[in-house]
Amino acid sequence: MDLLAQQLINGLFIGSVYGLFAVGYTLVFGVLDILNLAHAAVFTLGGLLALWLVETGGLSIWLAFPVSVLCCGILGLLLDRVAFVPLRQRADSNFSGLISSIAMAIIFESAALGLFGARTVRFPAHTVPVHIWRWGGISITSLQVEIVAISLLLMVALTQFLNRARAGKAIRAVAENDRTSRLLGIHVDGIIAFTFFISSALGGAAGILFGLYFDSLSPDMGRSIELKGLAVIILGGMGSIPGAILGGLAFGLSEVLTVAITGTSNLRDAVAFTVLFAVLILRPSGLLGRKKMREA
Amino acid sequence: MHNVQRRVGMTFSLCMALIFISGQVFAAAKEVKIGFALSMTGGGAAYGATQKNGIQLAVDEINAAAGSEGIKIVPVFEDDASLPQQGINVFNKFINADKVSLIIGPTLSNTAQVTDRIAQQAGMPVLAVSNTAKGITEIGDCIFRDSLTEMVVIPNTIKVAKEKLGVHKVAVFYGNDDAFTKGGYDAFKQAIADAGLEVLTEQTFAKGDRDFSPQLTQIKSKNPDAIIVSALVEEASGIVSQARQLGIAATVPIIGGNGFNSPALLKNAGEAAEGVMMGASWNASSSLPLNKKFVAAFTARCGNPPDQFAAQAYAGVYIAYEALKKAGSDHKAIQSALGQIKDLDTVLGKFSFTSGRDAEHTPVVQVVKGGKFAVFGE
Repeated sequence: MDLLAQQLINGLFIGSVYGLFAVGYTLVFGVLDILNLAHAAVFTLGGLLALWLVETGGLSIWLAFPVSVLCCGILGLLLDRVAFVPLRQRADSNFSGLISSIAMAIIFESAALGLFGARTVRFPAHTVPVHIWRWGGISITSLQVEIVAISLLLMVALTQFLNRARAGKAIRAVAENDRTSRLLGIHVDGIIAFTFFISSALGGAAGILFGLYFDSLSPDMGRSIELKGLAVIILGGMGSIPGAILGGLAFGLSEVLTVAITGTSNLRDAVAFTVLFAVLILRPSGLLGRKKMREA
Repeated sequence: MHNVQRRVGMTFSLCMALIFISGQVFAAAKEVKIGFALSMTGGGAAYGATQKNGIQLAVDEINAAAGSEGIKIVPVFEDDASLPQQGINVFNKFINADKVSLIIGPTLSNTAQVTDRIAQQAGMPVLAVSNTAKGITEIGDCIFRDSLTEMVVIPNTIKVAKEKLGVHKVAVFYGNDDAFTKGGYDAFKQAIADAGLEVLTEQTFAKGDRDFSPQLTQIKSKNPDAIIVSALVEEASGIVSQARQLGIAATVPIIGGNGFNSPALLKNAGEAAEGVMMGASWNASSSLPLNKKFVAAFTARCGNPPDQFAAQAYAGVYIAYEALKKAGSDHKAIQSALGQIKDLDTVLGKFSFTSGRDAEHTPVVQVVKGGKFAVFGE
C-alpha cells in the first residue's frame, strides 16, 4: 500500500512539472495554431539562467526564480519577433513558423552550450532548504510540495487571468478569430507577443523547478521533455489549459507506474505513447478538447 | 713542418685520451629509450596531462639515482591526439624511427585496440598504464598492462562489503543501454553470484534518464542491505541523491563501479554521496610508504595531488625500469623480464603480472567520507 502511494506521489510530482511545461506549449498553439518547438530550449535556458544567478550572481533562489522567469518571458518576445512575426503575412505561415521555431531552438541550445558548457551541473546544495516528511513508508520532501504548489499556483493564476482579466479575454478573442478581434479594436500583434511572453515565462519556470528537483541541468535537458510536452497537449486536447494540466498528470502517472511494474525505464515512453495513441482513436480531440465547431 | 706534425700528433693523442677517460666516466650509465604515447590533446587530454606528470617524476627520480652503474631512461613523448589514426603514426615512429626499447601507453583503450596490434607484429613490448577495456592484453604476448580491470576491482568491492558490512541481500540498478554500464553490471552479477549474495530485485534505467524515483521506490520496498549501481557519473549523482530523498536510510550503502570514481560525484550529489562505496585501483590516502613519498613529491612538483592515472603511469615507469635493468634493450628479453615481475613494490602496492599479462595487485575499496574519497576501513 505504501509502495503504491509512494509511486502515485512520484507520478503526481513529475506530472505537475510536465503540466506546467505543456501549459505554455498549448497556450501558443491555442492562439496561433502554431507549434513553438523552441519551447523546450527556453525551458533549458530558464533552468541554466537561474543556476547562473544563484551560483555566480549570489542571488537567493527566491529572487533568482522570478528574475529568470522574467528573462524567459523576454526571450519569448524575442522568439516571436524573430521567428514568427516576419512570417505571419505569408500564406503558409503555420508550416514555416514551425521550421523557424526549430531554428530558434537550435540557436538557443547552442547559446546555452556556449554560455554554460556541456557539463551536467546542479544547483549548489541547500539552495532550497529541504525537509523530508515521512508517514510510514511514504516520504515527501518539502521541495516536492513546493514544486507542486508553485506549478498549481501558476496554472490556476493563468486560468483566472484568461477568464477574468481584460488582456486574458483579448488572448481568448484572438485565439477564437484574429480578424474579428482586429475589427473589434484589439491590438492583435501585441496580444500575440504577450502570449509568447507568458508561454515562455511558464516554460522557464518549469525548467527551474525541473532542475531544482533532479539536481541536474545540461544544455540538452529540454530534449527529454520536448516530445512529452507535445504528447501531453495532444492527450489533454490541443489548446486546452485544463487539458494540458490533466494530460501532464496522466502522463506522469503512466510513466511512473510503467517503470514500477516492469522494473525498467525502457518501456516507459512506449506505454505513455501507446496510451496517447489509444486516446486519439477513442477521442480524437483529446481528453478535454472541444470538437472544432468550424474551420477558420 | 716537423714541429707542426708533432703538435698534431700530441693533440690527437690528447683527444683520444680525453675520449677514453670520458668514456670511462659516462658510458657506464646505459641509456634506454622509452616511447610514451599519450593523449595530450582531444577527448583524453585531461588524462594524458596527469599521466605525463607522473611519468616525468618517475623518470627524473630514476635518472637522478642512476649514478654510474644504473641505467638512464631517455623518454620520447608523442601526442596521439586521442585518435587511433594518430596513435598508429606515433607507434610507427617509435618502432621504425626512434627504435625505442619499450612503449608505454596509449592513454585510451579505444586507441590501444588498434595500435597494440602494430606493436605485436613488430615484436615491440607495450605496457598499458590506463587501458581497462576487455581484450587489450589478448592482442598478443607483447602487450602488458598495470591498470586493473573492473573484473578484478568489482569482486573485491563485493567481498569487502559482504565481510565488513554484513551485506547479504542486495538490489541491483544499472543502465542497460550502454556498453560501459552493462559491462559493469555483468562484472557485478558474476561477483554477486560468486560471493553468494541474494539479489532481491534488478531495476534498469536508460541513458539520459533524470527521474529514478520509480525504480528506487521499488528497491526501497524490498529492504535491501545494499544497493549496487552500475552507472556513469551523470546518472550516478542523480541516483544517489534521489535515493536519499526517498528515505532510503544512509545505513544502506550504495555500491558503485568505476563510473562512481569521479570528483563530479562528490560535487553533484553533495552530502547524499556520504557513505557511497566504490572500488578503485589506487587511492591517494593509501598509507604505503612508497605511496606517501610519491604523493608528497608529486604535489610539491605539480601543485596538485596526483590522481589514479598519474599513479598508474608513475608505477608503469618503475615496472618498465625493473625489466630494463635485467634485460637491457633487447625486445624479447624485455618481454620475458616483464613477465617474470612478481611482488614488485610500487605505489599501487605489491605488483605482479598474471599469466595473461594483466595487472595483479590488491585493489582498494573507497568510501566517501567528509566529501572526499577515503580508503574503506582506514
